[in-house]
Order: sequence, then C-alpha cells, then structure tokens
Amino acid sequence: MVIAEVCTPAPGDERVRVSAPVTAFLEATVRTATPLLFAGLGETLVEQSGVINVGLEGIVIAGAFGGLVGATAGGVGAGFVAAAVGGAAMAAVFAVFATILRTDQIIAGTAVTLFGLGITGALYRWGFGPAGAALTIPTMGAMPIPGLDRVPVLGPALFDQPPVAYAAYLLVPALWWWSYRTYDGLALRAVGENPDAARVAGIAVRRVQFVAVIVGGVLGGVSGGTLVLAQVGTFAEGMSAGRGFIAIAIVALGRWNPIGAAVGAVIFGAASALQFLFQAMGWHAPYQLFLALPYVLTLVALAVAGAKGHGGAPAALGVTG
Amino acid sequence: MGSEYAIVSATLVRATPLIFTGLAVAIAFRAGVLNIGAEGQFLAGATAATMCAGVAVAWPAAAQSAVALPIALAGGAVAGAAWAGVAAWLRRRFGVLEVISTIMLNFIALEAVAYLVHGPLQEPLHVYPQTPTLPPGLHLAKLVPGSRLHIGFGLAVAAAVAAWWMIRETASGFRLRAAGANPFAAASAGRIDVPAVTTRAFLVSGAVAGLAGAVEVTGVTYALYENISPGYGYTAIAVALLANLNPLAVIVSGVFFGALEAGAAGMQRDAGVPSVVVSAVEAAIILAILAVGAARTRWPALGARWSSRRSALRRPATSASA
Repeated sequence: MVIAEVCTPAPGDERVRVSAPVTAFLEATVRTATPLLFAGLGETLVEQSGVINVGLEGIVIAGAFGGLVGATAGGVGAGFVAAAVGGAAMAAVFAVFATILRTDQIIAGTAVTLFGLGITGALYRWGFGPAGAALTIPTMGAMPIPGLDRVPVLGPALFDQPPVAYAAYLLVPALWWWSYRTYDGLALRAVGENPDAARVAGIAVRRVQFVAVIVGGVLGGVSGGTLVLAQVGTFAEGMSAGRGFIAIAIVALGRWNPIGAAVGAVIFGAASALQFLFQAMGWHAPYQLFLALPYVLTLVALAVAGAKGHGGAPAALGVTG
Repeated sequence: MGSEYAIVSATLVRATPLIFTGLAVAIAFRAGVLNIGAEGQFLAGATAATMCAGVAVAWPAAAQSAVALPIALAGGAVAGAAWAGVAAWLRRRFGVLEVISTIMLNFIALEAVAYLVHGPLQEPLHVYPQTPTLPPGLHLAKLVPGSRLHIGFGLAVAAAVAAWWMIRETASGFRLRAAGANPFAAASAGRIDVPAVTTRAFLVSGAVAGLAGAVEVTGVTYALYENISPGYGYTAIAVALLANLNPLAVIVSGVFFGALEAGAAGMQRDAGVPSVVVSAVEAAIILAILAVGAARTRWPALGARWSSRRSALRRPATSASA
C-alpha cells in the first residue's frame, strides 16, 4: 500500500495525510495516542506509588515549552532533553508539596497545572514576541521501519512514525517488566498499597514517591515535547489542551498497569482520530463533537472503572500524610 | 479613562463573577467536594441564561425586566446545578473523582458553547461567532448609573452573606461542615447522611457558579461567545483558598483578584505584561497558602488557628480511598 504524502498544512494543524481512510484513521490514532501514552505511563508510575498528580497538565505544557526552547537552541535532540527537564522541573514543584510538605495532593496538583499553563504562556510571549508569532522549529520526521511498514493496513499506521513513537512502544513492556518483575517495582507498588508496611520493610517511602513523581514528570515532559517536536511543529499557549487530564483517565482505565495504559491511550487516540475518518468518508458532523468526544469518553471510562469497584487502584492512592 | 472611579468600577465588575465562583468553590470545599468545575458550570449557566433570554427578545421591555430576566438568572442557576449534577452523580454512583470529572465537564462545556455560537445560536448575519446582543430590557440594571457596575455585584455580595449565614447558623450548614471536616465521624457519631449532604452541596455549588454565568451574560457581555470566561472557574479556587473557605472573606478575596485581573488587563495594554502571568500568580498564591498551612501543622507554635480548616481540604471518602 502506497501512501501519498500530499500536504503539510499551516503550523498549528496536525499533519494530515491523504491515503486510504482506514490507514489514515489508524495512523492518526497512533499519532494522537503517542503523547497520551508517555504521559499516561508516567502517571501510572506516580499513582502506583500512591500519589495522584493532577498537575500533569502543567507538566505536559512545560515539556512542550521546553521542547520549543531546546529545539530553537540546538535542534530536535536538545528539544527532547529540554522537554524532559521542563517536565521534571514542574513535577519537582508538585513533589515538594505532595511528598515533603505533604499537603493535599489534589489542590497542589491543580495549582501546578495553573502554574504551568500561566508561566509557559507568559514566557512564550516574553521570549517569542507579544502576539506569539507563529514560528517553525526543527521537527522529527517519520522514520519508516523497512519491511514492517509494508504490512497491509497496520504497517504504515504503526511503523511509519517518528522514532519517538517507537520509544513509546518499547517503554510499555519495559515498564511493565520493571513494575511487576523487579524488586524496585515491587517496592514502588508496596508504597502505593501500604506505605506503613513498606516503611517497616525498610523502604524510604517519601523518597520513592518523590522519585516516582520526578520520573513521571520526565515522561510528561516528553509527552509535551512529542507534541511540539514530532507533531505540531510549533508551540501555542495551552496547547496541552487537556492531555494531562486525559492521561489521568487513561491510568484509571488501564487499571494502574502500563499495558492497560497503552490500551487506554489507543482508545483515546481512536476517539480523536474519528474526525479524520469522518472527513475522509465525507460524513458531516460538527467538529466540536469530535473535540469533546475524548472528554466524554473519559467520564464513561472512569464510571466503568468505578462500577468495577476500583479493584486495581493502589490502596493508599491520594492519601495525605 | 484613568480616573479612580473607572478603576473601582472595572475592579468590581471583574470581581462579580469571581465572588460568585469563589463562593461556589468554597461551599463545595467546605463539604469536602473538590469541585474544580466552576468554569463549566459558569458556561452552562451563561448558555442557559442566553437561551432563556432569547425567548423574550420581542417582549415589551417591562415584561423583559420583570419576568424574563429573573427567569434567565434562575435558568442559569439550574443549568449550573445540572452540570455539576453530572459529576455529583458520577461520584455518588461510581466513586469517580470529581476533580477529574469536573475538569472533563469544563472541556465539554467549552466545546458545546463553541458549537452553539458557531451553529444554532449564532447571530442572524452569521458573521461573528456569538449570539445576538440582548435588548436593553434584558440587561441587569446598573448599580451606579453611567458606570459599567451592575446589580450583579450586589447579588454576589448578598449570596456570599447568605451562604455565610447558612453555613454558620443553620442545621444544614452544620451538616455540611461536619461532612467536610470528617465524613466518618459525621456519619457514625452524627448520623448524618454524608453522601446526601455532599451531593446537595455539590448542586448548590454548581447553581452559584451557573448564576455567575447568567449574571455575566445579562450584566456585562449581553451575548454568549466562546471566551466569555477568561478562566473565572479556575481563579475561583485561588479566591476560595485565599478566603480560607469563608464566604464573607470570599467577597474580599474576590475583589482582590478582581483588582489583580483588571490591573493585568491594563498592564497588558500599557506595559506589555501578559495577562497570563496572573494565572501563574494565582497558582503561586495557592501554593503559598498550602505551604503556610503545612508549616503550621508541623510547627503548631506558628499559630494553630489557620490550619483549622485543613481537614475540609482532605480528600473525601470515596470508594477509591476506602
């Protein structure tokens, strides 16, 4: 199956390829799912340690802004490094409040989200012009994997993506293995299930939670970096557009398991990608409907997870102090 | 322009939605409900008020202000309560964290408003993405003739005083405080139906935020459009926390943030300081309040009084933490 790469629309739009509708739909699904997956995997780790970080939205936007700054200064690689650093820095603010000061995690997280959205918007206008003039930065192109990209239908969708998508694929089994097959992973989950027992067993509970939040911040930052460096090619105020919150829903939908998070990310990617399928098929529906769909789906997903009785949730999730 | 009078008027106009939404957040937080959805409830209220008022555009002016305007305000409150009700139901029935559900509902409300003002509710010429401007009969009266300050500010202050009295003096106010302070003790020792109390507080909180939207449409913008709220529902969290969740203090902190935001709009115009800085400042204020609270809990000598309400900010007992 041959894909005709026809156009790259104006900055701010996501890349749209004209090809067979189903392949285009699947490709868009994977593309939308990639940043959600990074953020969702990070938040899975954080929540496995018993901390819920609703500041993830602020972390993703900090990563996106870091990606912009890094790529402007030193290309795509520097962009991803700066994205990770930006996410980790924002996560560090949350970690201080949640694991050292032990304040309410939800309120601290909400503040971090507000802070991230505000400070990146302010820095962007300050550093890149008052109107936030559209600027183009070096981006990461698709790197088809020879052979695999020829697999009918799925091949172009899965294996004609930027390298960062392949990193996300590999991270899923790696994190699952780490979490369920290593001592450190067990320690992390023990902290989330029963911090007192973990402390008695000699685990430094607060340190584990602090590190988990920072690692989650690195992955959340890479999520924002992926948006800027591999997809949109520019930064816009508030461009995280709720992805951090959706990632939190993905974690619940995925039952606090990295593989479940991957399934959840694909479901959300598909919901967003439906609009491309509708366009290709010539079906008409207000585009706001598609924009709202992932949020509606999040509510449904959380209700379904709740109806099952939160069986997979770490027992000490969100408990203060 | 530039007179003290105009500055006061701009501050109080800006403070009105912040007092309402800050009050909504304070009522919910006092009951242990972390309603982060005042933004969506505000939009639901603004939309409902616009639609209610839209029915009456051809009525005589007297009937508009005497009948249609109160109905529009009530419609806004009902819509806000209904929007919050979705999250309240999800919490009570499925144990869904209201923090996440209300944020999702904020985004859904935003898309719904975008759809309506580009579609069914767009002004007849289809030029601007907004609803037709309301006729003068459907405008809230001015508090000071000739200024922008409308009676919505008085309504907001009255609502705050009423909420303060309710929470402090009535039995249902006591149940709300008890459910928020310690749901287990309230249920076992006080025989309080905690889920019913928190659901009711959630709905009242939504109604107040919805009323904010209705007042904004009929008092300031006279039309519905996409960016009608520059994040009032999020600033509301800072407003409520700075007020230590006290409805009377919400009036003061609402005016403080109103001045901050009205000043930021001026700074952006005059000095090129972006108004988004304000949300970073608000976040810093929330974090500072949390840090002070944490310090006083750890080192009580610093003063025990401040942290008395921290318990209300703890996560409520949902099935997730049971």
